[in-house]
Amino acid sequence: MAASASSSLCRNPKFTTLHNPQPSFGPLSSPSFLKLSTKSPFKTLTTFATAPPLTIPRATTPSSSTATTANATTSFHGICYVVGDNIDTDQIIPAEYLTLVPSKPDEYKKLGSYALVGLPSTYPIRFVEPDQFKSNFSIVIAGENFGCGSSREHAPVALGAAGVAAVVAESYARIFFRNSVATGEVYPLESEVRICEECKTGDVVTIELGESLLINHTTGKEYKLKPIGDAGPVIEAGGIFAYARKAGMIPTQSA
Amino acid sequence: MAASSAIASSSTAFINKMDVGHSALSSSPSSFSIQKAKKRFSRKIVSVMAPQQSERKPSTTGSVKTALTMTEKIFARASEKPQLSPGENVWVNVDTLMTHDVCGPGVFGTFKKEFGENAKVWDREKVVVIPDHYIFTTDERANRNVDILRDFCTEQNIKYFYDIKDLGNFKANPDYKGVCHVALAQEGHCRPGEVLLGTDSHTCTAGAFGQFATGIGNTDAGFVLGTGKLLLKVPPTLRFVMDGEMPNYLLAKDLILQIIGEISVSGATYKAMEFVGTTVESLTIEERMTLCNMVVEAGGKNGVIPADSTTFKYLEDKTSVAYEPVYSDGQARFLSEYRFDVSKLEPLVAKPHSPDNRGLARECKDVKIDRVYIGSCTGGKTEDFLAAAKVFLASGKKVKVPTFLVPATQKVWVDVYSLPVPGSGGKTCSQIFEEAGCDTPASPSCGACLGGPRDTYARLNEPQVCVSTTNRNFPGRMGHKEGQIYLASPYTAAASALTGYVTDPREFLQ
Repeated sequence: MAASASSSLCRNPKFTTLHNPQPSFGPLSSPSFLKLSTKSPFKTLTTFATAPPLTIPRATTPSSSTATTANATTSFHGICYVVGDNIDTDQIIPAEYLTLVPSKPDEYKKLGSYALVGLPSTYPIRFVEPDQFKSNFSIVIAGENFGCGSSREHAPVALGAAGVAAVVAESYARIFFRNSVATGEVYPLESEVRICEECKTGDVVTIELGESLLINHTTGKEYKLKPIGDAGPVIEAGGIFAYARKAGMIPTQSA
Repeated sequence: MAASSAIASSSTAFINKMDVGHSALSSSPSSFSIQKAKKRFSRKIVSVMAPQQSERKPSTTGSVKTALTMTEKIFARASEKPQLSPGENVWVNVDTLMTHDVCGPGVFGTFKKEFGENAKVWDREKVVVIPDHYIFTTDERANRNVDILRDFCTEQNIKYFYDIKDLGNFKANPDYKGVCHVALAQEGHCRPGEVLLGTDSHTCTAGAFGQFATGIGNTDAGFVLGTGKLLLKVPPTLRFVMDGEMPNYLLAKDLILQIIGEISVSGATYKAMEFVGTTVESLTIEERMTLCNMVVEAGGKNGVIPADSTTFKYLEDKTSVAYEPVYSDGQARFLSEYRFDVSKLEPLVAKPHSPDNRGLARECKDVKIDRVYIGSCTGGKTEDFLAAAKVFLASGKKVKVPTFLVPATQKVWVDVYSLPVPGSGGKTCSQIFEEAGCDTPASPSCGACLGGPRDTYARLNEPQVCVSTTNRNFPGRMGHKEGQIYLASPYTAAASALTGYVTDPREFLQ
């Protein structure tokens, strides 16, 4: 396993680190690339109320009948699959399957069958059973730096195609987070504490998006999640193109 | 004509565009318009709406100029803003968009779906398409993906498409280059001060030229293809000051492995990594490329090195496009600064299975290895092969394990077969490799760096131990999940090939 950041920081005496305290950089720790920090989030919701209806994405519960209330009521329920730190894109979707083109529907479906197939044999339970396109697990729980490595969009696509609604990790690699939002394939949620060691593969969990809460019904424990913020509506819309149309940023006109 | 007229350049906050959309839509009765909207609106984008803009121009406001890092300056210019700060999201004008055979078909699929079947790319001279990943394979889908690239480039009249048709003999394809990041540099697409986006995480390599370069996904690239713009967050900068004379047994690979080991595989997530200091100034362009290439292995958004006479000289015969280098201001704010004395460093490896699992090469001398791989955007450039040849030449011995050589590009391959190795009495790298018992240099491509289709040359199909000049060693990276990859410099890789164990190159170079 990778050397942890803390142990490697003190390993070499030749390095000196000068940290400038700059509290203004605080917001950068949030991976939300579509910050709307200057205005109330209700602005977003008001806008949606008048926008044309959109396809309700897979991740949304049937109960959320209108876009206005979706964020408050969206929840995901299912069994979880638990992985550790630094799960790179080669483990999420090995390079040999990158010949599959995500924008082709039949190949999109096939990408789902290979989701997380690159995990080493230390993971005895397969994420997707052989000859299946979908996983029995709809929520992935991970440690730090999930999705590091290559920029392949096949990674969030494979998870989404396998039926994953959300990943809950301590942190994400930048490109994976952005690709998840841009495609709207999965919600990349961040936990406030390390839960990958408290949850087991097969536990029954519920994520309440509006309350930023993960409930593990098997253990009876609840965990606070970091709010998905402004990336939420983009994922809910089904990605950046759908969101931009819905928000009026890209005017849709007659052909 | 591009599929969309550009988004207004100096866009304000994202919310403003939503306000525009709101007011536009709310002018008609909402319940009625919802039904109508579905029929009336096609999915085709013909223009991207201009957001509300401030009339204040920088020249009239006389605003106080704050000091900026070079990455911030590139963002400021590309977003046509006089001022910005880390964390801000800005619409950036893209100078070059690169894609390859693994992501290109998906990018083009997204582009057609979102902009329409008859849409045209925003600028046929700013899109560079480079087949390089899965080329020399009988995998039908991989071959089809190169065909998809060709069809799209023909239809769109893309100026820079480095095609390959004869897979049996790469030399029969004069247009074919090979590994995109090395080809971008060799063909003059990397220029100081510019913005380069690519559908590959190692696009950050081009930061060696003092430009902003980063990897993006298919969907973002599809957006850029139609508009020439992308919403990007301005990263804060970590500064790495490297001083001291580089010992003759070290290469840039050792420097970046040192840094990644120091800050971890997520230590630079969302951040720019700027490399300065007398050591960096002494590095060649190819060595600077190695340094910037692996910033993504620390999670970095981009790596960047100030352009200097070395940069300008390299570019002299490669581009006629005017460029304008930018430099960090003296008072620019850096998130943190790391300093080290290069003269005291030792040859390093990254042990399995993470690029930050740093170890001294000499401390791994008992690790028995099965093979050595020299290639990729990280370690398959001309100077990487010259470095390996230098070790073989110094030892005069033969390799003890299979040693695979994959030149990054056709140009590198020609260099391997034609450039004399200093101190060898005129021998080429290829002659030295042959005398040392290495495998014959293979056709240029990404090769086995990322495993690839099963029939990829030198792919790790058994659970073997490999010393490799590539960039990642996560489980399964080069093929087999139980394979063990030790990332190392070309010096260390060649020294290890000679002994069959992970070996410090000082055993041969001193």
